[in-house]
Amino acid sequence: MSAQKSPPGIAGGWQRGGAQAVRRRLVERSVSVLCNVATAIVLFLLFSILWTLVTRGAAGLSLATFVHSTRAPGSGGGLANAIIGSCEQTGLAALIGTPVGMMTGIYLSEFGQDGRIVQLVRFVSDMLLSVPSILVGLFIYLIVVEPAGHFSGMAGTLSLAVLFIPIVVRTTEDMLRLVPRAMREAAYALGAPGWRVILSVCLRAARGGIMTGILLALARISGETAPLLFTSLGNLNWSTSLNAPMASLPVTIYQYAGSAYDDWVQMAWTGALLITVAVLATNILARWWLTRNGSAQQ
Amino acid sequence: MMECPSPITAHGRSVSDRNAHARSGDILFGMIARLAGWFILLIMAGIILVLVWGGRQAFLAFGPGFMTSTAWNPISHHFGAATSIFGTLVTTGLALLFAIPFAFGVAFWLVEMAPLALARFIETAVQLLAAVPSIIFGMWGFFIVVPFMAHYVEPLATHYLGHVPGLGLLFRGAPYGTGLLTGGIILAIMVTPFICSVMTDVFVSIPAVLKESAFGLGATRWEVMRQVVLPWSRQAVMGGIMLGTGRALGETMAVTFVIGNSNHLGWSLFAPGNTIASLIALEFPESAAGSLKLSALLALGAILMVISFITLACSRIFLQRGKMN
Repeated sequence: MSAQKSPPGIAGGWQRGGAQAVRRRLVERSVSVLCNVATAIVLFLLFSILWTLVTRGAAGLSLATFVHSTRAPGSGGGLANAIIGSCEQTGLAALIGTPVGMMTGIYLSEFGQDGRIVQLVRFVSDMLLSVPSILVGLFIYLIVVEPAGHFSGMAGTLSLAVLFIPIVVRTTEDMLRLVPRAMREAAYALGAPGWRVILSVCLRAARGGIMTGILLALARISGETAPLLFTSLGNLNWSTSLNAPMASLPVTIYQYAGSAYDDWVQMAWTGALLITVAVLATNILARWWLTRNGSAQQ
Repeated sequence: MMECPSPITAHGRSVSDRNAHARSGDILFGMIARLAGWFILLIMAGIILVLVWGGRQAFLAFGPGFMTSTAWNPISHHFGAATSIFGTLVTTGLALLFAIPFAFGVAFWLVEMAPLALARFIETAVQLLAAVPSIIFGMWGFFIVVPFMAHYVEPLATHYLGHVPGLGLLFRGAPYGTGLLTGGIILAIMVTPFICSVMTDVFVSIPAVLKESAFGLGATRWEVMRQVVLPWSRQAVMGGIMLGTGRALGETMAVTFVIGNSNHLGWSLFAPGNTIASLIALEFPESAAGSLKLSALLALGAILMVISFITLACSRIFLQRGKMN
């Protein structure tokens, strides 16, 4: 390993002292400064985004935001239909995606005897985790929207479910792998069949981690816009039917932010604030939960 | 299990009954699990097939020239992929150019310099940056970064760098604020947390004895990083960078807001352009079913799929090897 060759050179430089030592100290100093600056800039950007959202978004927050649906520019209105639409689509996507994702995660961690197929499924599920989300939108458009002849909330739900599944697969597999071998052996020794061991012992032990994964996945899909553009399209009216175009917060933000009306742009900022607060709160909650559960297990 | 305390004390018949029951349960459970696994394969195959099949009309009509043509003319039905592929590659390249040093700086700071309590807080903050929905980056970019670029960065860059021979070509043009450079900057902010968290993980996982022996010889933190940590973790770092590249390639909403959306191919980084994803997002709603334009967009989708597939496969190979070391 090249790492083991380097120390003599370093030591030589240190012993010689003089100009070499000054140069080394200078490099060390400037790298430290640069790293501090880099960290400060990244943090500054994060807080700039949050600050912009809070200052611009809070101005439009009112009761009307939550009880009225979107209206024509200049006539007030709120985001109620978009909020309901987002909740409905992400919630249903989670309902569809959780069992499929968990079963696949179980398959990957417990069915090692399938060898190559397990490896292929793991590889493909990793790919699916980072497939550009707009391509998922195109896919659902072509297999659901085009045959049906109209955009629908169901199509939006399905596209979100496709994005949801691989995240759950990954966390389920990772968490099941953490379940101690002795625990499984104890359950088998009591005469429990394999499926009982997996469902009642392993899944139970991995419960906290898997729940965290599901929360993080929810947070991720609730901000997705691109796949919804071609599937649920958005709707300016009250929309709860899965069989019709359905409003959602991200798509409403996309449509309103680019519009020429001040009150629509204001509404977009308010929507952006709501969705970011929801996503970040879910993330913080999930991470806090994971560290608490993780430390409890050890 | 409650009805008999132990298989040995129970009657032979009930033991075999229970065994049969357990076996059928196992078989059923195995079938469901396999079905779920195959379902994932089916989705992936479906995405690839649908894009390639949907794009066949465009591939057939334009042949290999589709990749090199810069046309995008819905009226004369001439479509080409070159401009959007160019935009995708340039913005992704710029994003990496900005993101890698920042990600490295933050990771190095977190691992080697930060006080422990602060490090955890800042690590969480950087990870939260990755969780912010991309549409928010788009909006923030559109309302904050674009005016900033138009008023300060681009006029200054044109003034000072525009006359440098060669390099100056990159920094000429009207300061719209939108354009390839702004797109690259927004993408860089979005992918920095991904690259940073992979780097932090590998830097932490290096065996302490390697670092300690170098420190023991009097090496500075930077020398330990350059000559011990980086060579040791090169592959995993490459994997993390690839992961960020995959993100940047397919990012849609943030780019659509700030790229300017014009089908233009040129040297200037300030000129509006487009990427595959932004072109699809903007043009798809206006494409009639069965039209050549729709087919061209799907063909672009297939190309994007291939590009991101290669990147992600690379990242997986790198990260896998990094893990094994």
